[in-house]
Amino acid sequence: MSTNVIAMDSALNPAHGPAAAASSPEPLVFELSRSGRRADAQMPADIEVDLPAHLKRTDKPLLPEISELQAVRHYTRLSRLNFSIDTHFYPLGSCTMKYNPRGCNQYAMLPELLARHPYAPESHGQGLLACLYELQLMLEEVTGMQAVSLTPMAGAQGEFAGVAMIRAYHHARNDFDRDEILVPIAAHGTNPATASMCGMKVVEVPCTAEGDTDIEALKTLVGPRTAGIMLTNPSTVGAFERHIQEIEKIVHGVGGLLYYDGANLNAILGIVRPGDMGFDVIHMNLHKTFSTPHGGGGPGAGAVGVGERLVPFLPIPIVGVEDGRYRWLTEKDRPQSIGRLSAFMGNTGVLVRAYIYMRMVGREGMAHIGQMATLNANYLLKRLEQIGYHPAYPTRRATHEFALTLKSEARDLNVNAMDVAKRLLDFGFHAPTTYFPLMIPECLLIEPTETESKETLDAFIDAMGKILAEARADSATLKGAPYTMPVRRLDDVRAAKQLDITYRA
Amino acid sequence: MAFIPHTDEDIRSMLRAIGAPSVEALFDEIPANLRAKELEKIPPALNEMSIGRLMQARAAQDGRLLNFIGAGAYEHHIPAAVWSIITRGEIYSAYTPYQAEASQGTLQTIYEFQTMIASLTGMDVSNASMYDGASALAEACLMAVRAHRTSKSMRILMPANVHPIYRSCVAAITESQHIKLETIAVERDSGRVDRQALQAHAGSDVTALVIAQPNFFGVLDDVDALVDWAHTQNIMVIAIVNPTSLSILKPPGRWGTKGADIVVGEGQPLGVPLASGGPYFGFMTTRQEYVRQMPGRIVGRTVDLDGKSGFALTLQAREQHIRRGKATSNICTNQGLLMSAATIYLSILGPEGLARVAKHSLAKANALRQRLATIGIKPVFNATHFHECLYRLPVPASKLIASMAQSGIAAGFDVASVAPEWSNTLLVATTETKTDEDLNQYVQVLAQSLKSMGV
Repeated sequence: MSTNVIAMDSALNPAHGPAAAASSPEPLVFELSRSGRRADAQMPADIEVDLPAHLKRTDKPLLPEISELQAVRHYTRLSRLNFSIDTHFYPLGSCTMKYNPRGCNQYAMLPELLARHPYAPESHGQGLLACLYELQLMLEEVTGMQAVSLTPMAGAQGEFAGVAMIRAYHHARNDFDRDEILVPIAAHGTNPATASMCGMKVVEVPCTAEGDTDIEALKTLVGPRTAGIMLTNPSTVGAFERHIQEIEKIVHGVGGLLYYDGANLNAILGIVRPGDMGFDVIHMNLHKTFSTPHGGGGPGAGAVGVGERLVPFLPIPIVGVEDGRYRWLTEKDRPQSIGRLSAFMGNTGVLVRAYIYMRMVGREGMAHIGQMATLNANYLLKRLEQIGYHPAYPTRRATHEFALTLKSEARDLNVNAMDVAKRLLDFGFHAPTTYFPLMIPECLLIEPTETESKETLDAFIDAMGKILAEARADSATLKGAPYTMPVRRLDDVRAAKQLDITYRA
Repeated sequence: MAFIPHTDEDIRSMLRAIGAPSVEALFDEIPANLRAKELEKIPPALNEMSIGRLMQARAAQDGRLLNFIGAGAYEHHIPAAVWSIITRGEIYSAYTPYQAEASQGTLQTIYEFQTMIASLTGMDVSNASMYDGASALAEACLMAVRAHRTSKSMRILMPANVHPIYRSCVAAITESQHIKLETIAVERDSGRVDRQALQAHAGSDVTALVIAQPNFFGVLDDVDALVDWAHTQNIMVIAIVNPTSLSILKPPGRWGTKGADIVVGEGQPLGVPLASGGPYFGFMTTRQEYVRQMPGRIVGRTVDLDGKSGFALTLQAREQHIRRGKATSNICTNQGLLMSAATIYLSILGPEGLARVAKHSLAKANALRQRLATIGIKPVFNATHFHECLYRLPVPASKLIASMAQSGIAAGFDVASVAPEWSNTLLVATTETKTDEDLNQYVQVLAQSLKSMGV
């Protein structure tokens, strides 16, 4: 790697934060610590309390002893080592990284809302409960389901709730033999992991060369042991499942239920509703479709919606209304519920952000999201194809996302999907989802979302074009990337083998 | 349209590039009979000004009670710096740190968190957080079953002084994996684990014993003896702790001769607002030997191509996106933002600040107990408490709570609402946020409320 290329990279994107920070990695907060230093404004005066000696702590925990300014500076500096939606484009397939409106945050953080204890009397929570109740109704409407519970704290917990409800439904009918969940081979890893957590066996369903579920294979896999099928539609390869109505007949025909993984709901918002497609249960990722922030890995919220048959089994608590007053429905109201998944009511603050977002988008805006997300994806797909990239499913429309395969580049140029992904970071773009779905060789899964402008997409296409040219000129350029981040590629093998996961002074 | 940048000209030129006649044509693979009609039940859009008015009105409607409820979520002062940093877009709107080179800020924060929480609990290793305390306990039970080398029974002993909702949450999450939860009785006069009830399980195959310190009633138990008993019986110990208390209480890693094996808890007291129940975060720490049985994300320190120190997600072979159906858990997203808030909170308070918060919280609980005694309200248990206490009432707690709410006070948690055997009791929490005047007002309003009920 010549210094020339590095210089050129910096010239390409001088404005990106991580590049500027590259020369000054931040020390650990513990290295800033000096014994006896304190942030006195943040603590009450010292006092003595009586505790039996055998209950007392005798050593000092390893917490930093620093000033308030040192803490502020340290974590502000660390923040600048990150990519984020507020600073960078994330074309991240299956994760729907769209703009998180600031208004949603500001109005979810009103002092009364933040100060309210989860077990405060319902008489002093009618305003909050009204928001959550209306959120339930709006989510029912966009998904075409009969009822919604907001309590699951993440997509994976929503999935758990969904499969647990399917299981509870069969058991309530004294049908204890259904222990198989069908999962397409392209599914997210959480689908089979969830099925296992619910004590189910996973049966993988193959897909066709065009990206649809293999109907003939499905027919041979269903039977009296089928509890249900977990599907994402549009599928994880970014194609609409054209035979969904046939799949619905096959699975319902043998007594199984249909579970909708809401990861890709953004693509069909206001266009098609899972309930109308025949699904019995859906989980939604409010941190994807309804724009609550990802927070560097959570909090999410995984609300679940159900059709008529599964209503009694919804996780509690749920907001109900009686004579104009809102209240939490609990075990007493829902004796067949699969139960509680959290100590309180789920990730309330996330729910409030999603509520505010949905109110600002409104009725007409919902379909616009699906339309513009789809337009952006199809535009990117077409332009990337024109500049020499290969769609994994060239005969298919993109939905909100699409898959590229770098199989031929790997064979002819010795560059793989990870190399392209890492090089994109130098151009100021977060990497697409790589190596997922697993069955597409050298896969890049790309989802632009509706909040990105044509100019941003064009800049991304331009970068992808330059990267392809670099790959053709000298694969070493990509192999060594990134060059402008705070660190270069990290040694993952060493991370796992010489495990260092806590600092020792 | 809200948050959509496309001009009409953008749309036309993009359609030209695609070669599609209209946006509608992009949906030609969807069967026509499935297309959605207008979403009538979604109201028309509001702009930011209008939704701002609506939210302010709803927040004002709920008002703000002087809060004495705990029961797993505690009101502490949060330094202003914590949330002003956390809501920076670079933290708030960042993605899960899979692309390590572009996520060093998040990854280093997690590494610092893992270090702090491991040290606070006295354990070797920590993960990057769980959803909340209750689901962390459920995951700990599943983990104990994986980690215990000889126990085959999948029996978990669960004392009745563990938060009743945690217990039902554990049941809901572990039920389909054939885990057997067996309730252990509580001593009626002390609120501690009934040692005779425990002894009844001596000699049988048990996977794990859960120990809460402080327990749901705020009571402190003789944890050294409980841990040593469990270990002599070849039973693993899962501790549930309050992280604030660990600045002054013996950490689970040093309970008894060998210490607890898995430690979990609710992280909310560390810089996370009450916010009607979430988002909070759970934490989980354990011994080095069990690290590969942990669920959730873990960050490790390593080096880059140039030998420079950096951070990355590690031990991912445990996780769902690699192992699919054989993963340790289906958890993927954790509570990164709240974990970051806790890391900043702990950095600003330090060991001294956290200890002072704990001591003041405990001292306020003692002060309230003394003042309530003057009006004849006594604790249910004769025991050492941390910052929460169960009181015996002459009336059902629900009535007193409703009455005191009218005077602007959230009186406490009605335990009978989740565990009917505790009728006429009230669980009251105090923290450093309560002044002497607050305590006086509490006692006064409580006395008036009882009087108005004719007691």
